[in-house]
Amino acid sequence: MRTLLVGDDALLVEVASGEEAQALHAELVRRRAEGSLPVREIVPAARTVLLDGLDDPARLASELSAAEVPPAPPRARDVIELPVRYDGPDLADVAALWGVAEQEVARIHAATEFTVAFCGFAPGFGYLTGLPTRYDIPRRATPRTAVPAGSVGLAGPYTGVYPRSSPGGWQLIGTTDAVLWDHTRVPAALLSPGTRVRFVPVGRS
Amino acid sequence: MTDRALAVVRAGALTTVQDRGRPGHAHLGVPRSGALDGPAAALVNRLVGNRPEAAVLETTLNGCTLRPRSEVTVAVAGAPCPVTLDGRPVAWGAPVRVPAGSLLDVGTAVSGVRGYVGVSGGLAVEAVLGSRSTDLLSGLGPPPLTDGAVLPLGTPGRPHARVDVAPQPAPPAELVLRVTLGPRDDWFTPDAVRAFTARTYRVSSASNRIGLRTEGPALERTLTGELPSEGMVLGAVQVPPDGRPLVFLADHPTTGGYPVIAVVHAADLPATAQAVPGTPVRFVAVRRR
Repeated sequence: MRTLLVGDDALLVEVASGEEAQALHAELVRRRAEGSLPVREIVPAARTVLLDGLDDPARLASELSAAEVPPAPPRARDVIELPVRYDGPDLADVAALWGVAEQEVARIHAATEFTVAFCGFAPGFGYLTGLPTRYDIPRRATPRTAVPAGSVGLAGPYTGVYPRSSPGGWQLIGTTDAVLWDHTRVPAALLSPGTRVRFVPVGRS
Repeated sequence: MTDRALAVVRAGALTTVQDRGRPGHAHLGVPRSGALDGPAAALVNRLVGNRPEAAVLETTLNGCTLRPRSEVTVAVAGAPCPVTLDGRPVAWGAPVRVPAGSLLDVGTAVSGVRGYVGVSGGLAVEAVLGSRSTDLLSGLGPPPLTDGAVLPLGTPGRPHARVDVAPQPAPPAELVLRVTLGPRDDWFTPDAVRAFTARTYRVSSASNRIGLRTEGPALERTLTGELPSEGMVLGAVQVPPDGRPLVFLADHPTTGGYPVIAVVHAADLPATAQAVPGTPVRFVAVRRR
């Protein structure tokens, strides 16, 4: 674990893997909930967790440097099921990159339990991990100017669902009717870091 | 019906509703947003007797024109500009009583960029995650003002402040931004880190609420790989592939993949809201407090 001071009141904690980042994030959220870590934001990402709004980031840095990365977080949370139609425009390209048939892409994807590693890009957009590394996939060479809301895409090691229409370069394999973000709902975001997710195939409507 | 509302006669180039933003949701990909020049927004609220968290209008360069449907107290601050009431000049940086149906014009800034218009009772548009701020990156909050829009107003509380003219800093002729280096200064050559703090940049016209973009010497990296996405703070100086430093402002993305060479001191950020394109920018490295 490596700690980097960020400005005067933030700390970036860098770890060796995405799994360690998820475990560290869960531990820091637990500490905040029990009242021992006063902090404004805890922002997990690919290999880091950012703590923003700290009174004494240097002290926390020395505390954390002496600590072990905690083991994987307890899997106590329910699994959120997202209904999906595997009908994305890049399904054939993904099948070719994986070296399998199109139906096999759907089968592999739907058989995987995902975890929201972190969020970013847009409110409610989660970066979901769970696929084996052999299924890592490059972004599209040319991003689309408009990806419809509900599109399920792949990029690098991640699966993501577009909460609203936006430009994007992910390889689109399917569509969901689930509402990823609704600011009038509590919570507004269906997916938050640590949420477990399964994609459940539904027939074409 | 009590018609506590504000009709927008002329929306201006870019006028948004802003308050102190929605911090605390970065882990969901939600930017903090909020007024770029926080002290100016706080001042207009104080001048009209609002609580500090009341929502105000943030204008860009050419102001806006408003017609309240009930009598209100208004104050304009931030970028200095002419203010008129039914065509007659009234005070800038001070409370002004505006009768129902009168026309308040906030004119073009004579210096600076962003003006703040506080209205007694505050703007009562729907709050999203506890804030009424327009977030131009993610589209949360009310849309930017358009001609003909009508904005609801809240109920005024205390009587307005008894001051004639409140002192305010002048918009910067030169932007001197104190920075602490890191967390990714080791991604740059020592020459690049020296150039960053020794050379003068200029504010680019591509700047917006997301970031203050600069023009000047490109900073050369030692590490050319991709940085895995990591959390970003307000004031982070990110260096995209073109090598020109970009200072993250209120609507900045919550994560990013370009290395952050330094972070600007929070106290120096409000001035960035008022720096017109072409303003010289110097980054001055200081030790961590």
